[in-house]
Amino acid sequence: MQLLKAMPWSARIGLLGVFIFLFSAVFADVLAPYGERAIVGDVWEPASAKFLLGTDNLGRDLLSRMMYGAQTTIFISVIASVLSFSIGIFLSFLAAVVLGWTDQMLSRLNDLMMAIPTLIFALVVLAALPQELWILVLVMALIDSTRVFRLGRAVAVDIVVMDFVEAARLRGEGRMWIIFREILPNAMSPLLAEFGLRFAFAVLFLSSLSFLGLGIQPPEADWGGMVKDNKDGIIFGVPAALIPGGAIAALAISVNLIVDWLLNRTASLKGGRGNV
Amino acid sequence: MSDTLLNVRDLRIGATVYPPGETPKDIVIVHGVSFTLEKGKVLGLIGESGAGKSTIGLASLAYGRGGCRIIGGSVELNGVDILQLPKSGIRDLRGSKICYVAQSAAAAFNPAHRLGDQIVEATVLHGVSSRAEALKRADHLFDILGLPDPQEFGRRYPHQVSGGQLQRAMTAMALCSNPDLIIFDEPTTALDVTTQIDVLAAIKHAIEETGTAALYITHDLAVVAQVSDDIMVLQYGRTVEYGPVAQIIETPQEEYTRELVSIRSKIKPEAVDQSDALLSIENIDAAYSNSLQVLYDVSFHLPKGQTLAVVGESGSGKSTTARVITGLLPQFNGRVTFDGCELAPKLSDRSREDLRSLQMIYQMADVAMNPRHTVRDIIGRPLSFYFGLRGKEKEKRIVELLEQIEMGEGFIDRYPAELSGGQKQRVCIARALAANPKLIICDEPTSALDPLVAEGILKLLMDLQAKTQVSYLFITHDIATVRAIADSIAVMYQGRLVRFGPKSQVLSPPFDDYTDLLLKSVPEMRLGWLEKALSERKMVAAGN
Repeated sequence: MQLLKAMPWSARIGLLGVFIFLFSAVFADVLAPYGERAIVGDVWEPASAKFLLGTDNLGRDLLSRMMYGAQTTIFISVIASVLSFSIGIFLSFLAAVVLGWTDQMLSRLNDLMMAIPTLIFALVVLAALPQELWILVLVMALIDSTRVFRLGRAVAVDIVVMDFVEAARLRGEGRMWIIFREILPNAMSPLLAEFGLRFAFAVLFLSSLSFLGLGIQPPEADWGGMVKDNKDGIIFGVPAALIPGGAIAALAISVNLIVDWLLNRTASLKGGRGNV
Repeated sequence: MSDTLLNVRDLRIGATVYPPGETPKDIVIVHGVSFTLEKGKVLGLIGESGAGKSTIGLASLAYGRGGCRIIGGSVELNGVDILQLPKSGIRDLRGSKICYVAQSAAAAFNPAHRLGDQIVEATVLHGVSSRAEALKRADHLFDILGLPDPQEFGRRYPHQVSGGQLQRAMTAMALCSNPDLIIFDEPTTALDVTTQIDVLAAIKHAIEETGTAALYITHDLAVVAQVSDDIMVLQYGRTVEYGPVAQIIETPQEEYTRELVSIRSKIKPEAVDQSDALLSIENIDAAYSNSLQVLYDVSFHLPKGQTLAVVGESGSGKSTTARVITGLLPQFNGRVTFDGCELAPKLSDRSREDLRSLQMIYQMADVAMNPRHTVRDIIGRPLSFYFGLRGKEKEKRIVELLEQIEMGEGFIDRYPAELSGGQKQRVCIARALAANPKLIICDEPTSALDPLVAEGILKLLMDLQAKTQVSYLFITHDIATVRAIADSIAVMYQGRLVRFGPKSQVLSPPFDDYTDLLLKSVPEMRLGWLEKALSERKMVAAGN
C-alpha cells in the first residue's frame, strides 16, 4: 500500500491497465458472454447491447474473442520475453566476465543468428519442428535473446572493468556472484527499458507468425491473428480490426508505464528512496 | 587607481537544488565575495572542492555554469560592469578580452583539428587580428612557453603532444588574442610533478612577458604561492583570508589558512629494524599481452607492520607492480614471496587465505564500491565470505569496523552515492580491514581527495597500523605523503626501480638524476621556490 501511494499517476495507470487485461484473461471462461469459437451473429455486426464490441468476420462475438485472445497473447509474450531475457542476460554477462574464447564463441554465434532475418529463421525452424506451444515460445525466446545478448554484453563490458568488480575478483568471488550481485544490479536500467520494448515486439512477432500460419492456429483467438482476420473490414469502414490492434497498443503502453517507473527507481543510486 | 583591471564587488551566486522527495530550493553558493585585480597581476584563488573557486572564476567571464545564477554584486572589467552587458556584449569579451584555461587540456581540444588552427580560432573570429598575424603570434607564444620546435608545433594534432605540452598549448590559445585577463582553472592539477614544474614556469614566464593579468585557481597552496601576487583563501563560498602572498604564507591570520599552510608537516619516524620481510618481490619482468614490456627487473621487500612507499610518475610501472603482486597480471618472470611462501602468479591458483591476507584500496573510491550495495553489504561481504559471519555477529563486527574508521553506526544503510569523498575512502578501508589482512596495497588512496581530507585518511591509516600491525604498500606520486608515512621507499622510473631503501637513506644525497629531479619538482610552500628549483635542476624531463 505504501508502495502504491508513492507511485506516480503514470505508473498507477499502467498497473491498472495490466490488471484489467490480466483479469479478463484469467477469468475469460467466466466473464466472456459467448464461447471462443461460437458463431453467434452476422458478419461484422456493429456494436450493440447484444454484442458490446460487435462481431468479427465470421460472426463471432468480438469481446469474447478479445478475452480469450488475451489469454494466449499475454501468456506467450510474457513467457517468451522473460525467457529471452534470462538467456540473453546470463550468456552476455558470462561472455563479458570470462572474455577470451568463451566470449568469441558466444558473440560470433550471436552475430550468426542475427545475420539471418528473424522472421525467415523462425519460419524455417517452426516449419521443421512439430507444432507445439512450448516450441513456439522457445523459438521466439531464442531469437529475441540475440538482441538482449548484444545489449547485455555492451553494458556489462563497461561494468566489468570497474574497480569494484576487480575488488570482488581479488576477494576470490565466483563468477556467479560477479554476474548476479556485482554486474546485474548496475545493468538493470538499460535492460529494463529494453524489456518494455521487447515485450511489445514479442506481441507483434507472435501476430506475424500467426499471420503466416505458424503461430497460434485458428480458430484459437489471439490479438495479432484477430487483426489479420478483420483487416479487410477496414476498407468497408468496419472497426473490428482496430479493437485488437488498440488492445495490443494499450498493453504495450501499460507495460512501458510500469517499466518507466521501475527505471526511475533503479536509476537512482541512492536506492530509489523517496524518489518519484 | 587607473590600473585596476577587474573589480569584483559583493558577488553572490546561487543555484537551485532538487533534493529527492522534497520541493526544489534555492541555495547560495558564493556569499558576497569582493576582490580587485590590477593590470599584470596574478590573484590566486584557493580552497577545497566546493569552496566556489571555479564558480567565482567563471563569474568573471559573466558565466554561470550548470544551473548557477549570478544573483548579486558586480564584476567590473575596465570600469564596465560586465554582468549588465547584453549577450552580444559578453560574447565580444569572451575569447578576446577574457580567456579561460581549463583543467583538462586533453578534453578541451578537438582531436580532429590541428593545434594551431584551434589556438588562433577565437582570435580570428573576434577580428583581433588576421589569421596570418595570429599564427605568427602563436609561434612566438610557443617559443615563450618553451614548447619544442615552435615553428612546427601548431601543425600537430592534440594526440601527438604530451599532456604538459597540451596544457601549455591551451595557455597559448588563451594568450593569443592578447587578452586583459586569463582565468586559469587548476591548469597543473592533472599533471605529474616533474611536468607541473615546467608548465608552471612556462605560465609564469608567459604572464610576465605579455603583461596579462590572471586569476589562478587551485587547491594547492604551494603552487599558487609560486605564481601569484595576491591570494584569496575561500571556504564554503566565503572569503577566509585575502592578502599578499607573503602575508598568507608566512603569517596566516585565520585558523583554516594555518591548517592549509601546515599540512603534511607531521612526519612519522621510520622503523629501525627493516629486515623481517612480509612481502618481497625479486627480479620482476612483466609485459602486457601485446608484448609491451612495462617492468624491468624490479626487486624490493616490505617488512612486517611497516609502510613501503612506491613513488613515480604516471607510466612508471607502480600500478603494474601492484597488479603483479595481486595476481591480476600473471605473465611475468621473477618471484613474489609473501609471508614466507611463494605466491602463485595467477589469481585463480591462490588460496582463499592468501587472498584474505592481501587487500587493496583504490584511488577512486567511487568506482571501487558497487553503487548498488549499501555500506552494510560492502563491509559485510568479506566478513561472511572469509569468516562465515552472519546475523547478529556480522552486524556487530560491521559496527565495530565503522567505529574504527571514525564513522559510526548511522552510516550502515547508506549507499556510496550518499557519502562524501573522504567517507567513501574510509568505507573502502573498512572493507579491506574486514578481511583482517596482513598487507594492504594502497593505490594512490589520497590523490583524489582535498588536502585536509587526505590528511585525515593518512592519519587513520597510520592509527590502524599502530593498532593492527598491518603493512602497507603505498603507491603514490606525492613526495609529501611519502615523507609523512613511509618507512622505506622504492622510486620507479619508466618501469625500472631507480632507488630503494629506508626513507632516510633514499631521501638523502647523493641522489641519482631522477630522484633528484623528482624531489626538486615538489612545490614547496615558500616564496621564490620555483626560480630556485629551476636553476638547480640537473635533468630536463624528456619530451616535456
